[in-house]
Amino acid sequence: MNYLYILILSLWVFQAKAEIEYRDFKQPDQEQTYQTLISELRCLVCQNQTIADSNADLAKDLRRQVYEMLQQGKSRQDIVDFMTERYGDFVMYKPALKLKTYLLWLGPVVFLLIGLATVWVLRSKTSAGEQQLTKEQQAKLNRILDKGDDA
Amino acid sequence: MKYLLPLLLFIALSVFLAIGLKLNPRDIPSPLLDKPAPAFNLPILATPSQSLSQADLKGKVWLLNVWASWCVSCREEHPLLIELAKQNRVMLVGLNYKDELQAANLWLSKQGNPYNVSVMDSDGRTGIDYGVYGVPETFVIDKRGVIRYKHTGPVQAGDLEKIFLPMIEQLQAESA
Repeated sequence: MNYLYILILSLWVFQAKAEIEYRDFKQPDQEQTYQTLISELRCLVCQNQTIADSNADLAKDLRRQVYEMLQQGKSRQDIVDFMTERYGDFVMYKPALKLKTYLLWLGPVVFLLIGLATVWVLRSKTSAGEQQLTKEQQAKLNRILDKGDDA
Repeated sequence: MKYLLPLLLFIALSVFLAIGLKLNPRDIPSPLLDKPAPAFNLPILATPSQSLSQADLKGKVWLLNVWASWCVSCREEHPLLIELAKQNRVMLVGLNYKDELQAANLWLSKQGNPYNVSVMDSDGRTGIDYGVYGVPETFVIDKRGVIRYKHTGPVQAGDLEKIFLPMIEQLQAESA
């Protein structure tokens, strides 16, 4: 009985495979660039997927666009510029480092520094507090150091 | 006093998170604002042997509305577009996005045709040039052919009075 289920389920595998696109590249490095680019570009319809992962119509069109531009001999930067001119920085999963995105890139470092500073301030405060002895305590400490515990 | 700083930090964080909740993640600022409308030269839906280019519309204020017969939320804004067309204040150009000739014409004959003219972008290339990612989208283009406003998603009740009509009036007053 289990075998029957497996057989039936395996029929779906062909449907999943039918979605794979075939692209013909003249040079292997072009294919490499293609694969990197489509996994760095965001599908704007399904915002948390790259155009490599998405089956949305727009993602298919953008993959075709990337492929065609590579065939025309356009560079990686040309394609990135083409996409950001139309869809904005949001289309790149890894946004370019520029004035608008400084906070995005440097934010985590700033928060780390704030955290380290807080720890440092708190630590120096508590250790300073522990070192303060009253006059009597200091006198008692001196006696102990001089004569031992019985004093 | 000891709790004042954490309390203030907590309030500040809450305010930021509340603002974040209200933002619409689909509202991506278009880099095309205040840039010339991307060029196209596409067949006209009603008479496919003729074509229309964005250059033909120089000197006019026009709206470019991206629509398709397969697009569900286009139905939502359609009555508003018909209302806008009745007022006859602005040229309304339809960009029929990734659609089929027959389906598109059938849709217009059923729902009514608010467009002065619709052009066919069958393979979606003009859509890519305009950064279209969610149909329907509406662009407002001035007399010099510059994109002045972009609305993503269906035009809602009230948007005409609040956004589009004042903007059209302002752009009509500008010199070409």
